[in-house]
Amino acid sequence: MWQGLYDELQDKNFIIIAVAFDTGGVAAVQEWIRPATPAPLPKELLDIMGWEDTLSRTAATPTYPCLLDEKHIVAERYNMVNVPMAVWINESGRIVRPAEAAGATDGFRTVDQVTFQMPAEVAAAGKQARTRYIGAIRDWVEKGDASVYALSPDEVRRRIHGMTESEALAAAHFRLGQYLHQQGHRQDAQRYFAEAKRRHPENWSFKRQSWELEEPGKAVGPEFWAAVEALGEKPYYPPVNL
Amino acid sequence: MSVTIIYGDRPVSVASATAEGNNLWLPLDDLRATTGWELKPQGVCLDEVCVPIPAGRDADFVRADGKQFNLTALARQLNQPVVHDDAHAVWLFGEAASARNAALQSVQAPDFTLPDLEGKWHSLSEYRGRKILLVSWASW
Repeated sequence: MWQGLYDELQDKNFIIIAVAFDTGGVAAVQEWIRPATPAPLPKELLDIMGWEDTLSRTAATPTYPCLLDEKHIVAERYNMVNVPMAVWINESGRIVRPAEAAGATDGFRTVDQVTFQMPAEVAAAGKQARTRYIGAIRDWVEKGDASVYALSPDEVRRRIHGMTESEALAAAHFRLGQYLHQQGHRQDAQRYFAEAKRRHPENWSFKRQSWELEEPGKAVGPEFWAAVEALGEKPYYPPVNL
Repeated sequence: MSVTIIYGDRPVSVASATAEGNNLWLPLDDLRATTGWELKPQGVCLDEVCVPIPAGRDADFVRADGKQFNLTALARQLNQPVVHDDAHAVWLFGEAASARNAALQSVQAPDFTLPDLEGKWHSLSEYRGRKILLVSWASW
Protein backbone atom coordinates (compact mmCIF):
# COMPACT_ATOMS: atom_id res chain seq x y z
CA MET A 1 0.00 0.00 0.00
CA TRP A 2 2.98 2.26 0.40
CA GLN A 3 4.11 1.76 -3.18
CA GLY A 4 2.40 4.90 -4.47
CA LEU A 5 4.18 7.03 -1.91
CA TYR A 6 7.47 5.31 -2.59
CA ASP A 7 7.15 5.86 -6.34
CA GLU A 8 6.61 9.54 -5.65
CA LEU A 9 9.44 10.07 -3.18
CA GLN A 10 12.15 7.51 -3.79
CA ASP A 11 14.30 9.91 -5.80
CA LYS A 12 14.46 12.26 -2.85
CA ASN A 13 16.82 10.16 -0.76
CA PHE A 14 13.95 8.34 0.88
CA ILE A 15 13.26 4.66 1.36
CA ILE A 16 10.51 2.63 2.93
CA ILE A 17 11.44 -0.51 4.84
CA ALA A 18 8.40 -2.65 5.51
CA VAL A 19 8.76 -5.25 8.24
CA ALA A 20 6.24 -8.07 8.55
CA PHE A 21 5.73 -9.32 12.11
CA ASP A 22 4.84 -12.80 10.90
CA THR A 23 5.90 -15.89 12.80
CA GLY A 24 4.14 -17.79 10.02
CA GLY A 25 7.07 -16.90 7.78
CA VAL A 26 7.17 -16.69 4.00
CA ALA A 27 4.03 -18.77 3.64
CA ALA A 28 2.05 -16.24 5.66
CA VAL A 29 3.16 -13.13 3.81
CA GLN A 30 3.73 -14.44 0.31
CA GLU A 31 0.26 -13.78 -1.03
CA TRP A 32 0.48 -10.16 0.14
CA ILE A 33 3.90 -9.41 -1.29
CA ARG A 34 3.91 -11.66 -4.34
CA PRO A 35 0.23 -12.15 -5.16
CA ALA A 36 -0.38 -14.91 -7.64
CA THR A 37 -2.89 -12.68 -9.39
CA PRO A 38 -2.33 -8.96 -8.79
CA ALA A 39 -5.69 -7.34 -8.23
CA PRO A 40 -7.03 -4.06 -6.87
CA LEU A 41 -7.12 -4.00 -3.09
CA PRO A 42 -10.68 -4.37 -1.77
CA LYS A 43 -12.45 -1.13 -0.93
CA GLU A 44 -13.20 -2.38 2.59
CA LEU A 45 -9.49 -2.78 3.29
CA LEU A 46 -8.64 0.61 1.82
CA ASP A 47 -11.33 2.23 3.98
CA ILE A 48 -10.09 0.48 7.09
CA MET A 49 -6.54 1.66 6.44
CA GLY A 50 -7.69 5.08 5.21
CA TRP A 51 -6.00 5.03 1.82
CA GLU A 52 -7.06 7.46 -0.88
CA ASP A 53 -7.72 5.95 -4.30
CA THR A 54 -4.93 7.99 -5.89
CA LEU A 55 -2.28 6.48 -3.65
CA SER A 56 -3.75 3.03 -3.29
CA ARG A 57 -2.33 0.48 -5.65
CA THR A 58 -3.08 -2.76 -7.24
CA ALA A 59 -1.54 -5.30 -4.93
CA ALA A 60 1.83 -6.07 -6.48
CA THR A 61 5.35 -6.81 -5.37
CA PRO A 62 6.76 -3.69 -3.70
CA THR A 63 10.01 -2.26 -5.00
CA TYR A 64 11.20 -1.25 -1.49
CA PRO A 65 12.64 -3.76 0.98
CA CYS A 66 10.00 -6.01 2.54
CA LEU A 67 11.57 -7.89 5.41
CA LEU A 68 10.30 -10.86 7.36
CA ASP A 69 10.47 -10.60 11.15
CA GLU A 70 9.33 -13.98 12.44
CA LYS A 71 10.54 -13.28 15.97
CA HIS A 72 9.05 -9.78 16.15
CA ILE A 73 12.54 -8.41 16.83
CA VAL A 74 11.81 -4.97 15.42
CA ALA A 75 8.64 -4.82 17.48
CA GLU A 76 10.66 -5.36 20.63
CA ARG A 77 13.46 -2.98 19.77
CA TYR A 78 11.21 -0.13 18.71
CA ASN A 79 8.26 -0.66 21.09
CA MET A 80 5.81 -1.45 18.31
CA VAL A 81 2.81 -3.12 19.92
CA ASN A 82 0.59 -3.20 16.85
CA VAL A 83 0.55 -2.93 13.08
CA PRO A 84 0.82 -0.71 11.20
CA MET A 85 3.21 1.39 13.25
CA ALA A 86 6.03 3.46 11.87
CA VAL A 87 9.28 5.06 12.95
CA TRP A 88 10.98 7.84 11.03
CA ILE A 89 14.78 7.69 10.84
CA ASN A 90 16.89 10.47 9.35
CA GLU A 91 19.99 10.19 7.15
CA SER A 92 22.27 10.02 10.18
CA GLY A 93 20.39 7.10 11.64
CA ARG A 94 18.64 9.21 14.26
CA ILE A 95 15.01 8.55 15.18
CA VAL A 96 12.98 11.67 14.37
CA ARG A 97 9.60 10.12 15.15
CA PRO A 98 9.34 7.13 17.51
CA ALA A 99 6.84 4.30 17.03
CA GLU A 100 3.29 5.50 16.38
CA ALA A 101 0.30 4.39 14.34
CA ALA A 102 1.23 4.81 10.69
CA GLY A 103 -1.81 6.73 9.56
CA ALA A 104 -4.30 4.12 10.74
CA THR A 105 -7.25 5.14 12.93
CA ASP A 106 -9.90 3.52 15.10
CA GLY A 107 -12.44 3.91 12.32
CA PHE A 108 -12.36 0.16 11.75
CA ARG A 109 -14.19 -0.29 15.05
CA THR A 110 -17.37 0.87 13.29
CA VAL A 111 -17.27 -1.75 10.54
CA ASP A 112 -19.88 -4.44 10.15
CA GLN A 113 -18.13 -7.52 11.52
CA VAL A 114 -19.35 -9.69 8.71
CA THR A 115 -19.18 -7.50 5.63
CA PHE A 116 -16.42 -5.16 6.87
CA GLN A 117 -18.41 -2.25 5.42
CA MET A 118 -17.68 1.09 7.09
CA PRO A 119 -20.01 4.09 7.43
CA ALA A 120 -19.14 6.70 4.82
CA GLU A 121 -18.37 9.50 7.27
CA VAL A 122 -16.02 7.28 9.25
CA ALA A 123 -14.25 6.26 6.04
CA ALA A 124 -13.88 9.92 5.13
CA ALA A 125 -12.41 10.79 8.52
CA GLY A 126 -10.00 7.88 8.20
CA LYS A 127 -8.83 9.11 4.82
CA GLN A 128 -8.27 12.57 6.27
CA ALA A 129 -6.07 11.18 9.02
CA ARG A 130 -4.14 9.12 6.50
CA THR A 131 -3.75 12.10 4.18
CA ARG A 132 -2.42 14.26 7.02
CA TYR A 133 0.11 11.60 7.94
CA ILE A 134 1.22 11.20 4.32
CA GLY A 135 1.46 14.98 4.04
CA ALA A 136 3.75 15.01 7.03
CA ILE A 137 5.98 12.39 5.42
CA ARG A 138 6.16 14.47 2.23
CA ASP A 139 7.08 17.55 4.23
CA TRP A 140 9.83 15.65 6.02
CA VAL A 141 11.22 14.20 2.82
CA GLU A 142 11.31 17.71 1.37
CA LYS A 143 12.75 19.57 4.36
CA GLY A 144 14.55 16.93 6.37
CA ASP A 145 15.28 17.78 10.00
CA ALA A 146 13.90 21.28 9.37
CA SER A 147 10.42 19.83 8.95
CA VAL A 148 8.13 20.52 11.91
CA TYR A 149 7.22 16.85 11.78
CA ALA A 150 10.80 15.75 12.41
CA LEU A 151 11.01 15.87 16.18
CA SER A 152 13.98 17.03 18.23
CA PRO A 153 15.93 14.41 20.20
CA ASP A 154 14.37 15.66 23.43
CA GLU A 155 10.87 15.43 22.03
CA VAL A 156 11.59 11.94 20.71
CA ARG A 157 12.84 10.93 24.14
CA ARG A 158 9.75 12.37 25.76
CA ARG A 159 7.49 10.39 23.48
CA ILE A 160 9.29 7.06 23.65
CA HIS A 161 7.42 4.53 25.72
CA GLY A 162 9.70 3.16 28.40
CA MET A 163 9.57 -0.61 28.40
CA THR A 164 8.82 -2.06 31.84
CA GLU A 165 10.35 -5.22 33.29
CA SER A 166 6.96 -6.88 33.00
CA GLU A 167 6.91 -6.05 29.30
CA ALA A 168 10.44 -7.37 28.86
CA LEU A 169 9.38 -10.61 30.51
CA ALA A 170 6.30 -10.69 28.30
CA ALA A 171 8.52 -10.35 25.24
CA ALA A 172 10.72 -13.21 26.45
CA HIS A 173 7.63 -15.40 26.89
CA PHE A 174 6.48 -14.48 23.41
CA ARG A 175 9.87 -15.38 21.95
CA LEU A 176 9.90 -18.75 23.67
CA GLY A 177 6.40 -19.40 22.40
CA GLN A 178 7.49 -18.43 18.91
CA TYR A 179 10.46 -20.83 19.12
CA LEU A 180 8.35 -23.71 20.41
CA HIS A 181 5.73 -23.08 17.72
CA GLN A 182 8.34 -23.24 14.99
CA GLN A 183 9.69 -26.45 16.52
CA GLY A 184 6.22 -27.94 16.13
CA HIS A 185 5.15 -27.75 19.79
CA ARG A 186 2.09 -25.67 19.06
CA GLN A 187 0.07 -26.29 22.20
CA ASP A 188 3.02 -25.63 24.48
CA ALA A 189 3.74 -22.48 22.51
CA GLN A 190 0.26 -21.17 23.24
CA ARG A 191 0.93 -21.38 26.99
CA TYR A 192 3.86 -19.00 26.61
CA PHE A 193 1.84 -16.74 24.31
CA ALA A 194 -0.83 -16.65 27.03
CA GLU A 195 1.76 -15.50 29.58
CA ALA A 196 3.06 -12.86 27.18
CA LYS A 197 -0.45 -11.54 26.66
CA ARG A 198 -1.17 -11.54 30.38
CA ARG A 199 1.96 -9.56 31.16
CA HIS A 200 1.58 -7.07 28.33
CA PRO A 201 -2.14 -6.66 27.68
CA GLU A 202 -1.66 -3.52 25.55
CA ASN A 203 0.34 -5.51 23.04
CA TRP A 204 -1.95 -6.28 20.11
CA SER A 205 0.74 -8.05 18.12
CA PHE A 206 1.06 -10.68 20.83
CA LYS A 207 -2.68 -11.23 20.83
CA ARG A 208 -3.30 -11.29 17.12
CA GLN A 209 -0.17 -13.21 16.13
CA SER A 210 -0.83 -15.92 18.72
CA TRP A 211 -4.48 -16.17 17.69
CA GLU A 212 -3.50 -16.53 14.06
CA LEU A 213 -1.01 -19.28 14.90
CA GLU A 214 -3.66 -21.06 16.93
CA GLU A 215 -6.20 -20.98 14.14
CA PRO A 216 -6.14 -19.08 10.83
CA GLY A 217 -8.73 -16.33 10.91
CA LYS A 218 -8.86 -16.11 14.69
CA ALA A 219 -6.97 -12.81 14.59
CA VAL A 220 -10.07 -11.17 13.10
CA GLY A 221 -12.60 -13.38 14.84
CA PRO A 222 -14.94 -12.96 17.83
CA GLU A 223 -12.12 -12.88 20.40
CA PHE A 224 -10.51 -10.01 18.52
CA TRP A 225 -13.71 -8.01 18.36
CA ALA A 226 -14.43 -8.71 22.03
CA ALA A 227 -10.96 -7.53 22.98
CA VAL A 228 -11.41 -4.35 20.92
CA GLU A 229 -14.78 -3.71 22.52
CA ALA A 230 -13.23 -4.19 25.96
CA LEU A 231 -11.04 -1.16 25.21
CA GLY A 232 -14.09 1.02 25.71
CA GLU A 233 -12.95 4.61 25.37
CA LYS A 234 -9.27 3.67 25.08
CA PRO A 235 -7.83 3.76 21.56
CA TYR A 236 -6.70 0.76 19.58
CA TYR A 237 -4.50 3.09 17.54
CA PRO A 238 -3.54 6.05 19.74
CA PRO A 239 -4.02 9.17 17.59
CA VAL A 240 -0.81 10.52 16.15
CA ASN A 241 0.24 13.85 17.60
CA LEU A 242 1.81 15.30 14.47
CA MET B 1 22.01 -32.81 29.99
CA SER B 2 21.54 -31.16 26.65
CA VAL B 3 19.85 -27.80 26.85
CA THR B 4 18.91 -25.36 24.10
CA ILE B 5 19.92 -21.87 25.14
CA ILE B 6 18.49 -18.94 23.23
CA TYR B 7 20.66 -15.96 24.05
CA GLY B 8 19.90 -12.94 21.92
CA ASP B 9 18.68 -14.45 18.70
CA ARG B 10 20.43 -17.73 18.10
CA PRO B 11 19.45 -21.02 19.72
CA VAL B 12 22.54 -22.99 20.77
CA SER B 13 22.52 -26.55 22.00
CA VAL B 14 24.77 -27.01 25.02
CA ALA B 15 25.52 -30.64 25.76
CA SER B 16 26.36 -30.55 29.44
CA ALA B 17 24.33 -27.75 30.93
CA THR B 18 22.65 -28.32 34.29
CA ALA B 19 19.20 -26.96 35.02
CA GLU B 20 18.34 -26.71 38.72
CA GLY B 21 14.98 -25.04 39.28
CA ASN B 22 15.48 -21.45 38.20
CA ASN B 23 19.24 -21.80 37.82
CA LEU B 24 21.07 -22.82 34.69
CA TRP B 25 24.73 -23.81 34.93
CA LEU B 26 26.76 -24.33 31.82
CA PRO B 27 30.38 -25.30 31.25
CA LEU B 28 32.53 -22.19 31.48
CA ASP B 29 34.15 -23.30 28.22
CA ASP B 30 30.79 -22.90 26.49
CA LEU B 31 30.01 -19.46 27.91
CA ARG B 32 31.60 -17.39 25.19
CA ALA B 33 30.29 -19.43 22.26
CA THR B 34 26.79 -19.44 23.68
CA THR B 35 26.48 -15.87 24.90
CA GLY B 36 29.52 -13.81 23.95
CA TRP B 37 30.36 -13.25 27.64
CA GLU B 38 33.78 -14.17 29.01
CA LEU B 39 34.91 -14.57 32.59
CA LYS B 40 37.93 -12.37 33.28
CA PRO B 41 39.68 -11.28 36.49
CA GLN B 42 37.65 -8.05 36.52
CA GLY B 43 34.35 -9.86 36.12
CA VAL B 44 32.11 -11.12 33.34
CA CYS B 45 32.79 -9.21 30.15
CA LEU B 46 31.10 -8.70 26.81
CA ASP B 47 33.23 -6.61 24.45
CA GLU B 48 34.21 -3.55 26.49
CA VAL B 49 31.54 -3.97 29.13
CA CYS B 50 32.50 -5.82 32.31
CA VAL B 51 30.14 -6.74 35.12
CA PRO B 52 31.98 -7.42 38.38
CA ILE B 53 30.85 -10.38 40.40
CA PRO B 54 29.41 -8.90 43.62
CA ALA B 55 31.68 -9.26 46.64
CA GLY B 56 31.35 -12.56 48.44
CA ARG B 57 29.11 -14.05 45.78
CA ASP B 58 31.61 -15.96 43.67
CA ALA B 59 29.94 -19.24 44.57
CA ASP B 60 26.68 -18.03 43.05
CA PHE B 61 28.36 -17.58 39.71
CA VAL B 62 31.11 -20.17 39.44
CA ARG B 63 31.47 -23.69 40.84
CA ALA B 64 33.00 -27.10 40.22
CA ASP B 65 36.57 -25.83 40.38
CA GLY B 66 35.70 -22.94 38.12
CA LYS B 67 34.34 -25.20 35.42
CA GLN B 68 30.67 -24.27 35.59
CA PHE B 69 29.07 -20.85 35.23
CA ASN B 70 25.62 -19.80 36.40
CA LEU B 71 24.08 -18.00 33.46
CA THR B 72 20.93 -17.16 35.38
CA ALA B 73 22.95 -15.45 38.14
CA LEU B 74 24.40 -13.17 35.47
CA ALA B 75 20.94 -12.62 34.03
CA ARG B 76 19.63 -11.53 37.43
CA GLN B 77 22.57 -9.17 37.77
CA LEU B 78 21.67 -7.63 34.42
CA ASN B 79 17.90 -7.69 35.01
CA GLN B 80 17.49 -9.89 31.95
CA PRO B 81 14.19 -11.70 31.67
CA VAL B 82 14.63 -15.48 31.66
CA VAL B 83 12.00 -18.00 30.63
CA HIS B 84 12.49 -21.74 30.48
CA ASP B 85 10.49 -24.73 29.35
CA ASP B 86 11.72 -27.79 31.19
CA ALA B 87 9.79 -30.31 29.09
CA HIS B 88 11.69 -29.22 26.00
CA ALA B 89 14.86 -28.14 27.86
CA VAL B 90 14.86 -24.65 26.37
CA TRP B 91 16.10 -21.58 28.20
CA LEU B 92 15.53 -18.14 26.69
CA PHE B 93 17.44 -15.08 27.87
CA GLY B 94 15.81 -11.87 26.72
CA GLU B 95 17.00 -8.30 26.72
CA ALA B 96 16.64 -6.24 29.89
CA ALA B 97 14.07 -3.45 29.75
CA SER B 98 16.79 -1.05 30.90
CA ALA B 99 19.02 -2.02 27.97
CA ARG B 100 16.16 -1.60 25.49
CA ASN B 101 15.29 1.76 26.95
CA ALA B 102 18.89 2.98 26.96
CA ALA B 103 19.15 2.08 23.29
CA LEU B 104 16.02 4.06 22.41
CA GLN B 105 16.90 6.99 24.67
CA SER B 106 20.10 7.39 22.67
CA VAL B 107 17.68 8.20 19.81
CA GLN B 108 19.96 6.32 17.44
CA ALA B 109 17.82 3.80 15.57
CA PRO B 110 18.67 0.31 16.86
CA ASP B 111 20.11 -1.81 14.09
CA PHE B 112 18.61 -5.10 12.97
CA THR B 113 19.22 -7.68 10.26
CA LEU B 114 16.31 -9.51 8.68
CA PRO B 115 15.72 -11.47 5.47
CA ASP B 116 13.49 -10.49 2.57
CA LEU B 117 11.27 -13.02 0.86
CA GLU B 118 14.14 -14.23 -1.30
CA GLY B 119 16.18 -14.91 1.81
CA LYS B 120 18.56 -12.03 1.18
CA TRP B 121 19.63 -10.36 4.43
CA HIS B 122 19.21 -6.62 4.95
CA SER B 123 20.52 -4.53 7.84
CA LEU B 124 19.00 -1.19 8.74
CA SER B 125 22.50 0.27 8.85
CA GLU B 126 22.95 -0.50 5.12
CA TYR B 127 20.40 2.21 4.41
CA ARG B 128 22.19 4.90 6.39
CA GLY B 129 22.32 8.09 4.35
CA ARG B 130 18.64 8.01 3.35
CA LYS B 131 15.53 9.01 5.21
CA ILE B 132 13.80 5.81 6.26
CA LEU B 133 10.15 5.15 6.96
CA LEU B 134 10.30 1.93 8.97
CA VAL B 135 6.79 0.53 8.95
CA SER B 136 5.36 -2.63 10.46
CA TRP B 137 2.62 -4.75 8.96
CA ALA B 138 1.41 -8.34 9.21
CA SER B 139 -0.64 -10.89 7.30
CA TRP B 140 -2.92 -11.12 10.34
